[in-house]
Amino acid sequence: MDFPWQGDTLFRRACFVSAGLISVLMFCIMLSLVMGAYPALAKFGLSFFTSTDWNPVTEEFGALNALYGTIVSSIIAVALALPVGLGVAIFLSELCPAAISKPLFIAIELLAAVPSIIYGMWGLFVFAPWFSDGFQIWASEHLSDVPVLGTIFTGPPMGVGLLTSGIILAFMILPILTSLIKEALSTVPKVLREATYGIGATQFEVIVKVLLPAIKGPIFGALILALGRALGETMAITFVIGGAQSIDASLFMPATSISASIANQFNEATGDMHISALIGLGLVLFMITFVVMGTARVMLRRKAQ
Amino acid sequence: MIRKFKNQLFKLACMASTAIGLGILVLILFTLFQKGMAGMNLALFTEVTPGPGGEGGLLNAIVGSVIMTGIGILIATPIGILAGTWLAEYGQNSKTADSIRFLNGMLMSAPSILIGLFVYEIVVVTSGHFSGWAGAIALAIIALPVIISTTEEMLKLVPVQLREAGAGLGTPKWRVTLQLSYRAVGTGIVTGILLSIARISGETAPLLFTALNSSFMSVNPNEPMANLPVTIYQYAMSPYESWNQLAWSGALLITMAILLLNVMSRALPQLKKRRS
Repeated sequence: MDFPWQGDTLFRRACFVSAGLISVLMFCIMLSLVMGAYPALAKFGLSFFTSTDWNPVTEEFGALNALYGTIVSSIIAVALALPVGLGVAIFLSELCPAAISKPLFIAIELLAAVPSIIYGMWGLFVFAPWFSDGFQIWASEHLSDVPVLGTIFTGPPMGVGLLTSGIILAFMILPILTSLIKEALSTVPKVLREATYGIGATQFEVIVKVLLPAIKGPIFGALILALGRALGETMAITFVIGGAQSIDASLFMPATSISASIANQFNEATGDMHISALIGLGLVLFMITFVVMGTARVMLRRKAQ
Repeated sequence: MIRKFKNQLFKLACMASTAIGLGILVLILFTLFQKGMAGMNLALFTEVTPGPGGEGGLLNAIVGSVIMTGIGILIATPIGILAGTWLAEYGQNSKTADSIRFLNGMLMSAPSILIGLFVYEIVVVTSGHFSGWAGAIALAIIALPVIISTTEEMLKLVPVQLREAGAGLGTPKWRVTLQLSYRAVGTGIVTGILLSIARISGETAPLLFTALNSSFMSVNPNEPMANLPVTIYQYAMSPYESWNQLAWSGALLITMAILLLNVMSRALPQLKKRRS
């Protein structure tokens, strides 16, 4: 009973074609990246992923610098945003009265709506000078003799660099982290709280010893999701990372990330090999975010069931 | 005593975190107002972008952004609503629907600069030049997954009884969907569209290699098109004072527009509730 021109059939098909378009789109995106990257991958082979050369003049390209910058800045971001996000989520859902919590939460969510280019501008023109005066100069005076910190926190106090990128990224992923943790906290049954308060526990003990262990899984999922966001972020990073093709132990040094390299160089690239190498970077980024986001999605879904 | 002290310390730490989060929002808005207000004048809306160091406005960039966002949304909305309908009404829990949902989530979280690269390869390379169309398509691809998932979420909220009542009158399913379900959750779907407009109007990375930018007034999407985000990016990085000023004013403009859209989309469901 499938009449091809009947309203029902037509409508269902239109819907199905639209939905199917998503799969086609995803496939095409991957295919176009692979095809665009092919010349570079064919020329450099596996050394594309392990080489730190990046020289448009001699046409030697390797992805390691950008890969390092992307991963390190994202890890800094997640490490900084997690404690703050936990604090905000706990304060909003457990400690403060509902009347205050709602407008505060909306304000935090508005932070997520601010476009990333604004974070970049703010980071470069407001945060970086302040960070340079307030922390970097102090750190290079006082921490230079401390074993590990001394290596990480040295270098010219320019304000821009890997650490600054990580901090700006942390601001950007804070809202998503907060709202996911807050959501997870709201799924914990009230009885659990009441029972623990009933035996005389303080708020600190209830939250740290009962609530947080109960939502360990979702917090981890949220963390990975936030990491995925940070990895692909472009404009904010492009402003503050410094754009230097190098790997440095010091976090104060300018570096580069995959997204920043593409944004900075794509329009100026003249050689075909340069363009292909940049698309190759894009392919690497695509694969990393696909794996990270896929993991987060599977984890969050498993917990929800 | 120690337990009480620990508790207080913990509360203080949580409050401090919240203060940090809110502080950043306030600081960013403060900076935008402080630096952007100085350039807020009529010329901003009536003159085109100036040459290096010159005086001018952002008219062409604003017009270009509105045109590309508009075309992008016009492309993404029908496809997104139909696809969301398929997931909610036809696909439901089937394997196909699950994998489309998964891919949709992946598309939503794909870095926007990669969407730009993709559109560069399929539109800019094949047509041989940068164009407003390419920018609009890139924006549409970013808006699409957002519209799909909100439409699906909303349609799932339609009570079964409503559908059954429609079906009981002998109404075909497509008319039940169009005339009952869409109407019942229309506000929710519009909210999703507003949110996706807010999302794409601030996107910079996908426009860098698709629409490029232009310092001329143009409403023809077949040419490189001026747009606010890329103009802000280029002017902010430039050494010219007047360009920097325009960048800050543009940044204030775009942020206010986006925050307004967000607040509007939040207020919409409540307004509707109060009216009925």
